[in-house]
Amino acid sequence: MKVLKFLIPLAIFFTLVGFLFKGLYLDPREVPSPLIDKPAPEFALTQLDKPEQTIRRADLLGKVWMLNVWASWCEACREEHPHIVEFARLKALPIYGLDYKDQREPAEQWLAERGNPYDASLFDASGRVGIDFGVYGVPETFIIDKQGVIRFKQIGALTPEVLAGTVLPLLRKLNG
Amino acid sequence: MVDARRFLAAALLALAVSMPALAADATPVPASAPSASATDATVKFEAPTATLTAADPALEARMLAITGELRCLVCQNQTIADSHADLAVDLRQQVREMLQRGQTPDQIRRYMTDRYGDFILYRPPLKATTAVLWFAPVVLPVIALAALVIVIRRRARMADDEFEPEPMLDDDAAAQPLARPGTLA
Repeated sequence: MKVLKFLIPLAIFFTLVGFLFKGLYLDPREVPSPLIDKPAPEFALTQLDKPEQTIRRADLLGKVWMLNVWASWCEACREEHPHIVEFARLKALPIYGLDYKDQREPAEQWLAERGNPYDASLFDASGRVGIDFGVYGVPETFIIDKQGVIRFKQIGALTPEVLAGTVLPLLRKLNG
Repeated sequence: MVDARRFLAAALLALAVSMPALAADATPVPASAPSASATDATVKFEAPTATLTAADPALEARMLAITGELRCLVCQNQTIADSHADLAVDLRQQVREMLQRGQTPDQIRRYMTDRYGDFILYRPPLKATTAVLWFAPVVLPVIALAALVIVIRRRARMADDEFEPEPMLDDDAAAQPLARPGTLA
């Protein structure tokens, strides 16, 4: 009985410590996307450099592909971009850009200066497709499987660690 | 005397435990503080008046009623109704258009949670994953009060000589200092 009197407050204390400790490593900006394992939203957007050519969701079915949301006004994209250029050299999967709430001219210049890793960039001036993908912090990256289902979402910049440690293994699984 | 103070301390502790529940109800930051998130370099801002097409005040009021309960994911802790972030401006326009098309507030909230998850709702739905959030503010004070009642009852049954002697009552009050250090602990 005497022991219990000490153990109960101690247990409560360590439960609280446990919650607070876990809280140290939670990033409130990383909201779990409800879109994971759901079909990617429908879209039909023109290409950034070819305004007369439209790409639709259905065009990309049958292959595992990456959608990288970027914009010329986005600071964090500047840090992320070299890693995507590097990753594109592996030709591991087709990479499509989603140029989010941008203008054609600065966007094309941005790619010309920094290298263009994209098979094509979809031009989303109004940001409507971005909203359908639940984009709220550019850059964001999605991996979409052969059936058009979203399998992975990265909020914020991709890093070489994420590309090598998460994206490539996922790719092997989806293609395997 | 000693018991009374201990009970008071326990009651205060119970109150403190239930404080987070009260904090959860706090109102969001007012719109007049856009500078709070201006440091976020990836956020685009727009003058709030630029897209306020308040052609229809009734529609605008309904739009604000709905977006006032939606979290702006760019500058978290603000609502979509009073955020100046670009995405919030777009989502307000989206809600306006959905209302014009005759969609219900429930359909609009569904549209938002389909894209951004329950996190966008300032009133989280009651489901298995949010049960702790909803019930902890009720359950924790109940546990605290139950513990308090048990302790009081047990102490009421105890004989007087099981307590530490109280100098104020046992001795001549005038001859003693008000409280001797160490006797109250």
